[in-house]
Amino acid sequence: MQVNENKEFQPLIVAFCCNWCSYAGADLSGTNRLNYPTNVKIIRVPCSCRVNPMFILRAFQRGADGVILCGCHPGDCHYTSGNYFTRRRMTLLFSMLDFLGIERDRTRVEWVSAAEGAKFAATMNEFTEAVRKLGPNRRLEDLRCRKQ
Amino acid sequence: MLKISLSRLEELFAAIAEKQTLYIPSDRADGAAEFTKWEPGKALTQKLNTLRSAKDFFFPQTENIVDFKMEGKNIQVIDQRSEHEDFVIFGVRPCDARSFTILDKVFLSEPVDSFYKNRRDHGTVVTMACSRPAETCFCGTFGIDATEPEGDAACWSDGEDLFIKANNDKGQAFVDSISSLLEEGDTAKLDQVKAKTKEILSRLPLANLSTATFGGDTLNEHFNSEKWAELSESCLGCGTCTFVCPTCQCYDIKDFNTGNGIKRFRCWDSCMYSDFTKMAHGNPRTSQLERFRQRFMHKLVYFPANNNGEFGCVGCGRCLSKCPISMNIVKVMKALEVK
Amino acid sequence: MQEAMIKRAKELLTDGSVKRVIGWKRGEFAYDITPAVFESAEELDKDFVFDDFTSANVSKYLVKESKKEGKVLVFLKPCDTYSLNQLTKEHRVDRDNIYVIGIPGGPKLDIEKIKAKGITGILSVKNDNYTLKIETLYGEETMPFSEAILDKCASCKSKKHVTYDELIGEDGDVLDSDRFDMVEKLENMTAQERYDFWREQLSKCIRCNACRNVCPACTCEKCVFDNPNSGVENKAASDSFEENMFHIIRAFHVAGRCTDCGECSRVCPQNIPLHLLNRKFIKDINSLYGEYQAGADTTSRAPLTDYTADDCEASIVHERGAE
Repeated sequence: MQVNENKEFQPLIVAFCCNWCSYAGADLSGTNRLNYPTNVKIIRVPCSCRVNPMFILRAFQRGADGVILCGCHPGDCHYTSGNYFTRRRMTLLFSMLDFLGIERDRTRVEWVSAAEGAKFAATMNEFTEAVRKLGPNRRLEDLRCRKQ
Repeated sequence: MLKISLSRLEELFAAIAEKQTLYIPSDRADGAAEFTKWEPGKALTQKLNTLRSAKDFFFPQTENIVDFKMEGKNIQVIDQRSEHEDFVIFGVRPCDARSFTILDKVFLSEPVDSFYKNRRDHGTVVTMACSRPAETCFCGTFGIDATEPEGDAACWSDGEDLFIKANNDKGQAFVDSISSLLEEGDTAKLDQVKAKTKEILSRLPLANLSTATFGGDTLNEHFNSEKWAELSESCLGCGTCTFVCPTCQCYDIKDFNTGNGIKRFRCWDSCMYSDFTKMAHGNPRTSQLERFRQRFMHKLVYFPANNNGEFGCVGCGRCLSKCPISMNIVKVMKALEVK
Repeated sequence: MQEAMIKRAKELLTDGSVKRVIGWKRGEFAYDITPAVFESAEELDKDFVFDDFTSANVSKYLVKESKKEGKVLVFLKPCDTYSLNQLTKEHRVDRDNIYVIGIPGGPKLDIEKIKAKGITGILSVKNDNYTLKIETLYGEETMPFSEAILDKCASCKSKKHVTYDELIGEDGDVLDSDRFDMVEKLENMTAQERYDFWREQLSKCIRCNACRNVCPACTCEKCVFDNPNSGVENKAASDSFEENMFHIIRAFHVAGRCTDCGECSRVCPQNIPLHLLNRKFIKDINSLYGEYQAGADTTSRAPLTDYTADDCEASIVHERGAE
């Protein structure tokens, strides 16, 4: 969590982007000079199904206020079926986090193709605002990692 | 002996809490008893003992030792130690009270563990004698009298009044601090309660369990016993026994990277774990049998060998009720007993 | 039943069909039963017991025992047979080296429920026509059998033995149980209420690992929580995050493989209702990906290693239950 000069809460968003579609999509939004917030820190993975539920929890532990996973559209995975597994895995994980009382809007899965630069920027803007409304992550926070 | 009516316990706790933090065993929502900080309205549990032992107060499950911060190539060492506040633990049972003596032998002998000493010096232990022992109790086997508890100050209940007596200077200071609430009382009824409790203690199923065939000199015969294979075969290696035990004292030291510094902390470890005392080549005890044997040999042979015959068990019975597969020190003792 | 089991076990030992028998061993008191391996008729006669307190699921010991020389005989209650099937599916046991005798299931008793009534000094527990007669050091006590039943038996899902080589007693049916009721109740609370509920429960966790070590689905040779290379190795839950993390990850690792045997909650020394986490996953899988019971067979794919092109999106979480 950071605070800018206006003392406004700046959420820390971690975005896991698959190398072949969504990372390229992020690149495209950059080349098209479409703005998306600097709060978003992108972690490139070969496929969205590389993302282990432990990564999501670790992101929250290390200070993330929201975590979003971006991958290829179902059916278009570079590795054929990776994102199908992502879909099942993340649905169950997010459902479990909701069951434990963690706010639903802190996590999301979004399918962004390499040609959808605008969608990438729009998604990041929207997600950052949704997390900003929720405030800093307190329920899945590791107090030891909170910056003094 | 000095006493106060049981109906005035709330007043007594309020008076103690005014001067120091007070912890009492109290019932949780799910019915189990645990030590919690006293607040007005919190009642003393009627249960025999708490689920977790009182060793947490002096030897907590996790404890920060030191912090590190990197500044370029320099490592800054940050000492987070601070003087602990004064506190009182009320209602400790005789078995748990004896466990402090055992832990003292480990942590207060040279080199002194400053974290443990800090807490121990600031804590006053007020014990409560038992009157309704359970079938899983066997404190008598280790020379503990459940009707005459140790601790800085000891309490007894005869159903109407709470009697209290100091056992040392710290205890006397405690009794003096609440003396305005106490009055002299006749112990006739209490003596009857004590006699009845002693009678029940003698009828406990485990009353005849003896440590005669254990101790520092019995190492070879017990270590090489063939019974270990049978005893350890269903052990899951989980560590529950270690964590509920009031005398188990092994710990691991770990570093945690917070992302902006390192926190070095210690946490409870169990000799039943597969990575216990793991060294460069691996764990010296490669099978569950060896690890299982280690825990009980330590309590029954090695510890008394190093500590003038004091055994590493207090007979609280927690391992009897909490082990997932019902293995415990009583079964081990009975199997190994040399008749 | 106990006599029939001992008799059959002795027969199979004597004629050489099996070398070892996995069962339960009498303890010091009425209720402290230890799973054990018996290798001779004498041992069986002396210590084998099967009664209202033999609730332990012994299927996990087969991981080690089935790899040894000679066949092993195991007595499995209906719920335990599901665990064995799951272990077989995952190639964790050598099924050909196991001889399974299916035995009747519960309901089994929970000594903690008896003690919770304030009954202590327990010397013996007898079932007299569904009233428990408990002899204690402080006199005789009674209580209804139904009030002492183990939680997992109260919501039994099946009396059917899904794998066996022989049966003693009758086979039963899959039941209509209420095992998802509490999960549903939690789902209908607000997020804050759920958070408070789980904080209260999980803050009791002492990381004793009993739940993990007794679980038949947790058979990893090196658990991620014991592996320094995994980055999540921890021996103690230092704070609320680590308490949550251990249980979320453990429930996730067994998602789709958990047979709902209930052992995790039975062994938890702090009475944390861990089965609710596992049942939440089972309920989600049932409603989103089709009814699936782990261990019902040995060939179907586990839901998390399977997919369809029409699976729902993760955003479905926003459309369910209360916020």
